[in-house]
Amino acid sequence: MNLVSNITRSAGDPKVLKTGPSSLTGWDRLARNLGWFGIGLGIAELFASRRMARSLGMRGQEGLLRAYGAREIMSGILSLSIDRHIGLWSRVAGDVLDIATLRRAMRRPNPRRDNVGLALAMVLGVTVLDILVAKSLSASRARNSRQWRDYSDRSGFPRGRQLQSQPQVPAAAGR
Amino acid sequence: MRALVWHGKEDIRCDIVSDPEIEDPRDAIVRVTSCAICGSDLHLFHNLVPAMLPGDIMGHEMMGEVVEVGSGVDGRLKKGERIVIPFTIICGECDQCRRGNFSVCERTNRKKNLAEKAFGHTTAGLFGYTHLTGGYPGGQAEYIRVPFADTTHVKVPEGLTDEQVLFLGDIFPTGWQAAAQCDIEPTDTVAVWGCGPVGQMAIRSAVLLGARQVVAIDHLPERLSMAEAAGAITINFDQESVVERLNELTHGKGPEKCIDAIGTESHVSFGQPDTLYDRAKQMMLMENDRPHVLREMIYVCRPAGIISIPGVYTGLVDKIPMGQAMNKGLTFRMGQTHVNRWTDDLLRRIEEGQIDPSFVITHIARLADGPEMYKVFRDKQDSCIKVVLKP
Repeated sequence: MNLVSNITRSAGDPKVLKTGPSSLTGWDRLARNLGWFGIGLGIAELFASRRMARSLGMRGQEGLLRAYGAREIMSGILSLSIDRHIGLWSRVAGDVLDIATLRRAMRRPNPRRDNVGLALAMVLGVTVLDILVAKSLSASRARNSRQWRDYSDRSGFPRGRQLQSQPQVPAAAGR
Repeated sequence: MRALVWHGKEDIRCDIVSDPEIEDPRDAIVRVTSCAICGSDLHLFHNLVPAMLPGDIMGHEMMGEVVEVGSGVDGRLKKGERIVIPFTIICGECDQCRRGNFSVCERTNRKKNLAEKAFGHTTAGLFGYTHLTGGYPGGQAEYIRVPFADTTHVKVPEGLTDEQVLFLGDIFPTGWQAAAQCDIEPTDTVAVWGCGPVGQMAIRSAVLLGARQVVAIDHLPERLSMAEAAGAITINFDQESVVERLNELTHGKGPEKCIDAIGTESHVSFGQPDTLYDRAKQMMLMENDRPHVLREMIYVCRPAGIISIPGVYTGLVDKIPMGQAMNKGLTFRMGQTHVNRWTDDLLRRIEEGQIDPSFVITHIARLADGPEMYKVFRDKQDSCIKVVLKP
């Protein structure tokens, strides 16, 4: 990063010699990675839905997979945004849908049940991760709305607020 | 030296960087004694302002002691003097500077080719901001190089503390300009959207300029309590309809003067569906700004009224009801602040005790704590309204 930072500097501007701790936490970075993962998975579900449906024994449900792909992409974009805690919770909601769908695929006579089991295990793992990250991000962004400071003694007018006068500006200003 | 450096979206670090040096005869080097995090720094933090680059030093609200001057400063600034540094860099000689339109100085943007492409014509160079305005290193640092230092400064008289004068560099003149460009008359109701630092300054400026009543709109109780302290009537938009209440306070006619002290990052809530629409478009890179406040102001403002916009907008906005604005004959006034147009008057008012801008400071921290304080300020935790950093 130092190299990239310094290449973009104008001549004479201070150069970064050593970077300090970032305002981004490990949870933030993990959320971003999950966001990119979701976008990648969503694109795969959108454009390779037939292949995925075949490998999960879910032929005839390609439309559902494409819809889930679109959902993954939306959640992914939200997870990359500054409101990423909402993005992560939307991923958790999506995970619940995925689990329900895969459980249904497990129950019926499905020749690809092994693949479904593997997919279910992966989704369960990702769900745990999503919940952990979502909870952590929500906690770090939380604002205690019941405990607020009363600033009603801060008028900013040391001599009271009765002084009223027009602004004094240089004669040339704003012509 | 240490400085708060932008490395990307929400990634600010307290880095060790090389010391600034005199590059031009009109330069000065200033040891920063106090600097602040501004609301518009959050727009940079969120990467909503185009043309930030990794390695940019943040900060455009700072003051300190002159430690070195270039040969061209010509005695107008001396070593050891305490100065506030306006966030707009001004040459003092171009046509716009001579007219007092300092924020659109024609000569100080060192990357004016970018500005001309983006804006049509160049605007002034700004500290700690996008490369569209020169990409000058900012003042959240131990030292700063001040270009055009012979004109880009406000000298601090003896006896005033940093906290009393620091905000002359940005939020105080910004709030003041917002109120002054409303042409306030003694019969006016001035409505201020947003009770952050600029909103608080705009409220007090409207009071000083003689408004009949000032109405402050927000939803955070600590900010509303600070607005009330200045004598403003408050509206909590989570609890009541802004439009209905403003009409009630103005006998159904609407406020004559409306000030948008929020800008690009309007609060998003389910109660205001257009804010969800804007947020979704912003996230998809289909819109730069969330202009809910602009829409509300245009709707509620009294016909022939004035809309004053000190809040920063960064690019394209969507669904602005120009039909309402045109048919109601509204006047729009906006812009980055012409800081030095107002500072003589404001400094006098501080010295006379008419106003003490330090009322707005809620948090004072070390420069090294800056990355954490950006988050505290962004998330409005611990009743944070204004952060001052001490390098």
